[in-house]
Amino acid sequence: MHLEPRESTPWWLSFCAPVLAIIGSMLLASLFIIWAGASVIEAFKMISVGAFGSTFAISETFSRAIPLMLTGLAAAIAFRAQFYNIGAEGQLYCGALVATVVGTGMFNLPAAVMIPFLFACGALAGAMALLLPWYLKTKLSVDEVVTTLLLNFIILLLVSFALEGPMRDPMSMGWPQTAPIVDEGVLPALIPRTRLHAGLYFAVAMAIVLWLILRYSVFGFKVKAMGLNAQAAKHAGIPPTKTLFWVAMLSGALAGTAGVSEVAGLKGYLTLDLSPGFGYTGIAVAMLANLNPLGIILSAIFLAGISVGADSMGRALGIPSYIADIMVASAVLSVLIGLMFTRYRVRRS
Amino acid sequence: MPVTNPKTIVSTPILQISNICKSFGSLVANDNISLTLHNGEIVALLGENGAGKTTLMNILFGHYRADSGSIEAFGQTLSNHTPDDALNRGIGMVHQHFTLADNLSVLDNIMLGTESLWQPFSRKSAARKKLNKIMTDAGLVVDIDNKVRDLTVGERQRVEILKALFRNARILILDEPTAVLTPQEVDDLFVLLRRMSAQSLAIIIISHKLQEVMAISDRVVVLRQGQMVASAPTATVNREQLAEMIVGRHVERPTSAASTPGQQLLSLKNITVVEKSTKRTLLDSVNLDLYANQIFGVAGVSGNGQASLADVLSGLVQPTKGQYSIKGKTLKSASPVNLTRQGVARIPEDRHSQGIVSEMNIWENLLLDELGDKPVWRMRSLLDRGKARARANELIGSFDIRCKNAEQPAGLLSGGNIQKLILARNLARSPDVILANQPTRGLDEGAIAAVHRLLIEARDSGAGVLLISEDLDELLRLADQVVVIHNGQLSAPLPSAGLTSRELGLRMSGAM
Repeated sequence: MHLEPRESTPWWLSFCAPVLAIIGSMLLASLFIIWAGASVIEAFKMISVGAFGSTFAISETFSRAIPLMLTGLAAAIAFRAQFYNIGAEGQLYCGALVATVVGTGMFNLPAAVMIPFLFACGALAGAMALLLPWYLKTKLSVDEVVTTLLLNFIILLLVSFALEGPMRDPMSMGWPQTAPIVDEGVLPALIPRTRLHAGLYFAVAMAIVLWLILRYSVFGFKVKAMGLNAQAAKHAGIPPTKTLFWVAMLSGALAGTAGVSEVAGLKGYLTLDLSPGFGYTGIAVAMLANLNPLGIILSAIFLAGISVGADSMGRALGIPSYIADIMVASAVLSVLIGLMFTRYRVRRS
Repeated sequence: MPVTNPKTIVSTPILQISNICKSFGSLVANDNISLTLHNGEIVALLGENGAGKTTLMNILFGHYRADSGSIEAFGQTLSNHTPDDALNRGIGMVHQHFTLADNLSVLDNIMLGTESLWQPFSRKSAARKKLNKIMTDAGLVVDIDNKVRDLTVGERQRVEILKALFRNARILILDEPTAVLTPQEVDDLFVLLRRMSAQSLAIIIISHKLQEVMAISDRVVVLRQGQMVASAPTATVNREQLAEMIVGRHVERPTSAASTPGQQLLSLKNITVVEKSTKRTLLDSVNLDLYANQIFGVAGVSGNGQASLADVLSGLVQPTKGQYSIKGKTLKSASPVNLTRQGVARIPEDRHSQGIVSEMNIWENLLLDELGDKPVWRMRSLLDRGKARARANELIGSFDIRCKNAEQPAGLLSGGNIQKLILARNLARSPDVILANQPTRGLDEGAIAAVHRLLIEARDSGAGVLLISEDLDELLRLADQVVVIHNGQLSAPLPSAGLTSRELGLRMSGAM
């Protein structure tokens, strides 16, 4: 048995690979559900009902999917250029922090200006957070995995400092949280009496825009060539430092807007538990979608659905909702294995 | 063939490969191949890339299993054997890319892997004695206490041969042994091989270079598309016949007619490159002028500064000192994009890692160099995919790139077709200057002829071609003028007419 590269991948195979991978991960999760002593069918039923069974469930799933789409896109664009940005979590907080600074009364603007302004500030802040890793990588070849990962902790400590000190809301009775975003800056709800907000439109639009950029623009072509063979790209005249700069800016900006949308759409103010690791889960979202921006819409909804559904399954059946994490992790692994089969076929030697 | 080699009469075969078949999927790599080898015989195994030479040697060595057929060495069958079995049976191989540890001495390299890990002490003095005997017998001299990193390429090859002899090899397989050697080193190697064959060592040489095959081998075996198309004593065939057998049709490497140079296109003045980390001078005050209608050859043994020269010329490295000008205009900082805009085409040395993005489609690869030029870009920043595909199909046709369609990943093309792809996207823009760095290395005869024809055509239509090559035959056939690069310094340009490869070889080794 050996693997040989395929000359072309049939379309049905690139579609089937993630589906089969997800089925595989569900089978694996079933083992743990059985081990926890619950019925597998019941458990999966509870997950799907919890995630998609009612308007409320769907609104919860979708509002959880919004930051995942944005951090997923941030990971996708960076990973495509072989710039392994593990710091979307930190960039998300940067975006949230700056949006909170400018959105809690510093400016008095109508909503139509205020909301785009908050997103722009957050995007800029997220992008700035990648400036140092970009500089260190291109000038001193310091590995970006290390710098972006470590920056997460620095940024989180900075946010923590801001929340404990200068930015603490005097009305919060000592809780480490900021003053609320002004009304003009709050994203409108899409369904009354749910938490689903207009950030969904923004995230989906960003996915489509990124897809168009990667497919139809010279910049997208450069990123693709550089990601697949940096040496050949350089030889052909694609400037690596400059191209990576825009990749880093785009990636950081997307992660930054995830923070803005959480603060202005969901929470209304900044706390230290704004993100339960959206930046890291975004990597899984991107991997699950094979770094395809349109696929990220689906994979973000899927992963959000699993985690929302697993919560309600946990409550109903009394088994730990960590099963969701196992499913997510094994889904990513099986997708990676599945993707190998879209590029190689197995031959008996 | 009516004439038989006298050696086949006097000795019995020591290696008999019979009816080997091996296929990979639908590809038949070896189709019923038989080969015999006698004591003291030198057999040349010839064939284009992908003809099945490597597969056959891998089967002999136990890396692959044959689908059918048998191998008999020294009267015993070898079946389901491992590379270790082959070594123990006395079959040794010297690979094209040496497998030596730079930081160890010659002696350590040779002993590496020959001793059991459970043996408490290394038996160095016994090994030294044995090696000295082998060296005197074969007339092969290497200082075995030297570190491998201090050896020349020729010496490293001798170490590889010693390594095989130390393991009592009686059949020696050499894969492209002359690819990295100067003509003088090739002569030395051949003298050594002759002497070893006189001491009844059997040798198989895998080679592309027909002249050398004619000079050294007793018998030639030609493979083509997995089949054995000829096995004949070398004395009964000539070079042209061999070339035809290898390719399956008549090919002739084109020779360029003399031409008068036109205006100056490119000039380097006092270019010096010093490597920052080691402070080593890679290029030392290099001056070079390239004119229109001229092929300007740069000859030299690999590692004498060619790579650095090519890097400066293609804008990848900024020289420490000196001026680089194109058509009389000095470039402040030469970047690849800038050079493309100035009409400088670049054919990189390593076509797989620098020339193409293997996972991208052929049509995308055909766009790569256009980033400075943009004929198929819409609004300067959008990609016109339809137009790019159409143009790719046009180029595939006119440059004869053999592929299924333009959607195929470029990495699956053969070396020759990859080179045609790179030439296609460079020449389609009718550049004024073409920098070709080792453009035919590793290609087969058919592809070499195609590349040469394209370069000559470009020159005849007014381009200046800078050809960096280690293939002297190529340089003497194509170039109008040749300079020799040695230790980062360029010699004065010599007209190639009247120059012999021997003289060029002497200059390359720094002897002149």
